[in-house]
Amino acid sequence: MAKTYYLPSHEYITVEGDEGRVGISEYAASQLGAVTYVDMPAEGDTFDAGEDFGAIESRKAASDLYMPVAGEIIAVNEDLENDPRLINNDPANAWIVKIRISDPSELDKLMDADAYRMYLTTLH
Amino acid sequence: MENELKKTCLHQAHSELGASMAPFAGYDMPIEYSGLDTEHTAVRTHAGVFDVSHMGEIFIEGPDAVDLVNHVFTGDAAALAPGAIVYGMMCRPDGGTVDDLLVYRLADSKFLLVVNASNIDKDYDWIKANADGYDAAILNRSADYGQLALQGPESETVLRDVLGIDAAAMKFYTFTALPGADDAHPMIVSRTGYTGEDGFEIYADEGTVIDMWHRLIDAGVTPCGLGCRDTLRFEAGLPLYGDELADDITPVEAGLSMFVKLDKPGGFIGRDALARQKTEGPKKRLVGLELEGAATARHGFEVLDIDGAVVGHVTTGYNSLTVGKNLAVALVDAAYAPLGTHLQVKIRRRMANAVVVKKRFYIPNYKK
Repeated sequence: MAKTYYLPSHEYITVEGDEGRVGISEYAASQLGAVTYVDMPAEGDTFDAGEDFGAIESRKAASDLYMPVAGEIIAVNEDLENDPRLINNDPANAWIVKIRISDPSELDKLMDADAYRMYLTTLH
Repeated sequence: MENELKKTCLHQAHSELGASMAPFAGYDMPIEYSGLDTEHTAVRTHAGVFDVSHMGEIFIEGPDAVDLVNHVFTGDAAALAPGAIVYGMMCRPDGGTVDDLLVYRLADSKFLLVVNASNIDKDYDWIKANADGYDAAILNRSADYGQLALQGPESETVLRDVLGIDAAAMKFYTFTALPGADDAHPMIVSRTGYTGEDGFEIYADEGTVIDMWHRLIDAGVTPCGLGCRDTLRFEAGLPLYGDELADDITPVEAGLSMFVKLDKPGGFIGRDALARQKTEGPKKRLVGLELEGAATARHGFEVLDIDGAVVGHVTTGYNSLTVGKNLAVALVDAAYAPLGTHLQVKIRRRMANAVVVKKRFYIPNYKK
C-alpha cells in the first residue's frame, strides 16, 4: 500500500517498496499558476535529502525542487516535457521523478498527509 | 530587521479580493488576484485596473520651471503644449539613467513628473541637487496622490460608463485636469499606460481613488496585479527601471534614443556623453531574444556566444502569453546585437539556444 509524505516546501513522495514518486502538492500547483516548464535531472543522478534536484516554472516564477529523502533518479516523467500543465490538472499523479530510496528511515522525518494538511492551515 | 512595508490607500481592498501580496519598491503590493494569465488576457482583450498608487508625483512650478525640467530631462519640455505628456529619462553626466518618467505640462510654468516608486527619493534629491540658479519650487507630493491605471481595449467605454468621464476625444499622451476632492487635489486623467494597450491613468486623492476602484470592480473590470503589469509591458517592449534601465545603463544602450533630444536648446545633464555614445556606437545594447525550449530566461541569467563566452545578461524574460513564444530581453556586447545573431542563455545547469529578434514582441494598440 502506497503512502505519501510531504516536505514543508510542498514536494511529496509517494512510496511503494524502496521506490518513491516525487512531485508537488495540489496546494503548490495552485500557488504557482499554469506550469510552463519543469527542469528535471537525469536518470542515474543521486541527491541527498533536502538537495535541490530541479525547478518548476510558471509565468510568474521559477521554484527550486527539493528531494524529500536521499536517492537515485530511476525515471523522469517525460510526459511533462510536452505537457507541463499535467501538474496543474492532476498533481498527485503527475510525478516529476521516480527515485530509489537510499535510507527509508529518512521518511520518518517527513510529514504524513494529516500533518501536511495541518501545516497548510498555518500558512494563511 | 526588515523595514515596515508601506501600504497604498487600496491595501484593504486588495485583502478583500484575496490578492497575493509581495514587497515591491518598499510597498506591500498586489501581485495577482484571479491569476496572472487571466489578468494579462483581460487587459489584452477587455479591460483591467491596476493600483499604481506607489508611483511618485513630483511637481515643479515657477518662472524657471520649464528650464529646470529641460536641464534634468532628455525630452524637450519647452516643445510640450499644456495638456500634453512626454516620456523620457533623467540622466547622470556619464549618460547613465537616474530614472525614466512621464512629464505632464500642467500649465506654462507648472509640470508634473511621474517617477518610479523605487526612485522617488533619489529623483527628488537629484532634481534639487541640480536646481541651483533656477527659480522653481520642487515638491514631492507622492504621498498625496493615489493612482489607478485602467488598461485595455474597452477602457474608453468603461471610463465613460462607470466613472462618467468622456475621453473619446482625448489623444494618446494627453491629459485632462478635473475637479478633485479639493483645490489642492485636482484629478488628472491621462491617456497613458504601461501595457501596450489603450488606456488611462488617473491621479487623485485617496478617497477618490478608493471610490473609483470599487466602482470599477463592481462593474466587472478585472483587478490586475503587478505580475501581469510586468508581462504586459515586457511584451510591448517597454523598459522597467532596474531591469532594462539603471544608473549604469544609458538610454542609448537601451534603444531609447528617440526619447533623447540631443539638439534641444540649452542641452541637459548627460547630453554630451549620450551624443558621443550615439556617434561612436554603444559598447552594449539591449536586444530581444527568442529561445528554444520552454525554460524561462530570468533576470540576471548569463548570455553566451555560441562558443560559450559570456557576452551579457538577461534583463527580463517570460514565456509570452500573447505571442506564444519563449522570449527575453538581454543586455549584450554590441557585436552580438544584430538581428539573427545566435546566442545561448544559461538557465540553471543547462544552455538554451537563442536568436536575436526585435525586442518589441507585441505591437501596441494605442489610440493615436
